[in-house]
Amino acid sequence: MTQPIFAYISHKNGTADDSAFELIVAAKKIDPAAAVTAVVCGAGAELDAVCSTMAAVYPDVWKVSNPALAYPNAEVLRGVLVSILPAGAITLAPHDTFGMDLSPGLSIKLNAAFVPDVVGIEGIDGANLKTIRQEFGGQVSTHVLCDISAGAVLNVRSGCFLSDDSKASGSVTDKSGQAGDCKAKRRFLEVVAAEVGDVDITKSDVLVSVGRGIEDQENIGIAQELADTIGAVVSCSRPIVDAKWLEKARQVGTSGKTVKPKVYIALGISGSFQHLGGIKGNPFMVAINKNPKAPIFQVADIGIVTDLLEFVPELTDKIKEMK
Amino acid sequence: MEILVCVKRVPDTAENEIVVNSKGTDIERGDLVYSVNEWDNYAVEEAIQIRDNAGGSVTVVTVGDGDAEEILRREMAMGADKGILLSDDAFNGSDGKGIAAILKAEIAKGQYDLILTGAQADDGAAQVGGMLAAMLDMPYASLVNKIEIVSDKVIKIGREIEGGNQEMSEIDLPCVLSIQTGINEPRYVGIRGIRKVASVEIPVHGAGDLGIAAGSVGAAGARVKRVDYFVPPMGEGAEMLEGSTDEIAEKLIELLKSKGGIK
Repeated sequence: MTQPIFAYISHKNGTADDSAFELIVAAKKIDPAAAVTAVVCGAGAELDAVCSTMAAVYPDVWKVSNPALAYPNAEVLRGVLVSILPAGAITLAPHDTFGMDLSPGLSIKLNAAFVPDVVGIEGIDGANLKTIRQEFGGQVSTHVLCDISAGAVLNVRSGCFLSDDSKASGSVTDKSGQAGDCKAKRRFLEVVAAEVGDVDITKSDVLVSVGRGIEDQENIGIAQELADTIGAVVSCSRPIVDAKWLEKARQVGTSGKTVKPKVYIALGISGSFQHLGGIKGNPFMVAINKNPKAPIFQVADIGIVTDLLEFVPELTDKIKEMK
Repeated sequence: MEILVCVKRVPDTAENEIVVNSKGTDIERGDLVYSVNEWDNYAVEEAIQIRDNAGGSVTVVTVGDGDAEEILRREMAMGADKGILLSDDAFNGSDGKGIAAILKAEIAKGQYDLILTGAQADDGAAQVGGMLAAMLDMPYASLVNKIEIVSDKVIKIGREIEGGNQEMSEIDLPCVLSIQTGINEPRYVGIRGIRKVASVEIPVHGAGDLGIAAGSVGAAGARVKRVDYFVPPMGEGAEMLEGSTDEIAEKLIELLKSKGGIK
């Protein structure tokens, strides 16, 4: 394969995102011999800081500096990438809220194939790249063949290609002159910070976390009573917040809070990667779920397949008796 | 405001265990319960609320076979004014770009100010909205969890970004937005509502009606193809506690105590 590979580098406040160190690992899985270039777009001293960090990891760094790129607007960045990337390029981006905004449209404008949320890469097979994806919230996986002969855009899931401490003494090339007009029909206004709740779930060593399997708002009392009995705090997964049964500040996950408890008890949580992405520090994890196929059982330490609505009250009673 | 919402019929993961068939070619579909993709339901609710406040109409559209009609009727029972089914054997096996191209052809026949999709569906790809916007040369925003109509030329939107923060932008109309769950509370649809729209005619448009060349969509036009389904070999996985409820509870209490889970 002779196609060059490019990695879109996400960064904030002068620091490269974790994905920046993972995308080069993914690139080497596609083709160990490929020339991999980091594309870093932004403005000012923060941009220069990220470029020098990346030059220690990637053999080539392309820098695009423009005041319009100070905040990452996917529409503006799409225009920049379309004008600087060569035909047939393979472009990697993180599958996060920015990558989801950028990449589908980028693939159309580059006339390249698009594979979202890649969790594994098996390599090149003729004109095709063989990747692994998940469907149905991680319940099943699929091999996906992508015809890369006209280029491809791949969004790569965080945490699937762990940083291998790649070292390079790369050179930084300034591509700012090719950035185009940086105009957009969508204009960034501000970031509104997440609401602060009455309980800080990030401060608790023990979390009793409820998911869709709790079935009804009234049943949250079952989790609360267990939490009260063992000195824990109740947190939850996304569907519980969507249903307005608990406040957003109690949500664990990439779109909620990142927690680092010692013990995590997951009640009726299936275990989507977005939810697991919010649990750090490798806690002792207990999963109680009536679906034996729930992905949470692959990451939990202890699993119990049962109806939590019956089991948890009995568990709580037993702990009370002991005390 | 003329609003189009793109919806999809999917296996309902709340109602089904998803199991790979014996040959690994597909999931077992025999006993699956299907419903409208959860994210799409929020998109339709949002469209209905915008229409009720700002006037206009809501059209729901899907690419699928005859069975997909039922979800169009469900969304019409919610309050959508019109449904359109895009169906043709030539559409089978389309990749995300193919689906976007089919939708684009239908959209080109109408005049829409606002096009909504769900943020993602059963395959977790989250791709059709962004592709569609690029094909239409319309601005796009993904993971939208707030919409505020400013005028008939521009709206203000919030996107859900990492950490529960919200990124606010303004975006010119017409535009495409992918809608995140939690933006609203989708209304309940009762049997009576479904009956009311049971006999409404739903037009079906095929490749010929849409001017789509054979081979440009469907399996023939797909550059991204699913080869198989599989369940990855479990890592170590969880130690599963089995036995009577009493036995399980006792074992669990012991474990929790040793790990500092009971204070």
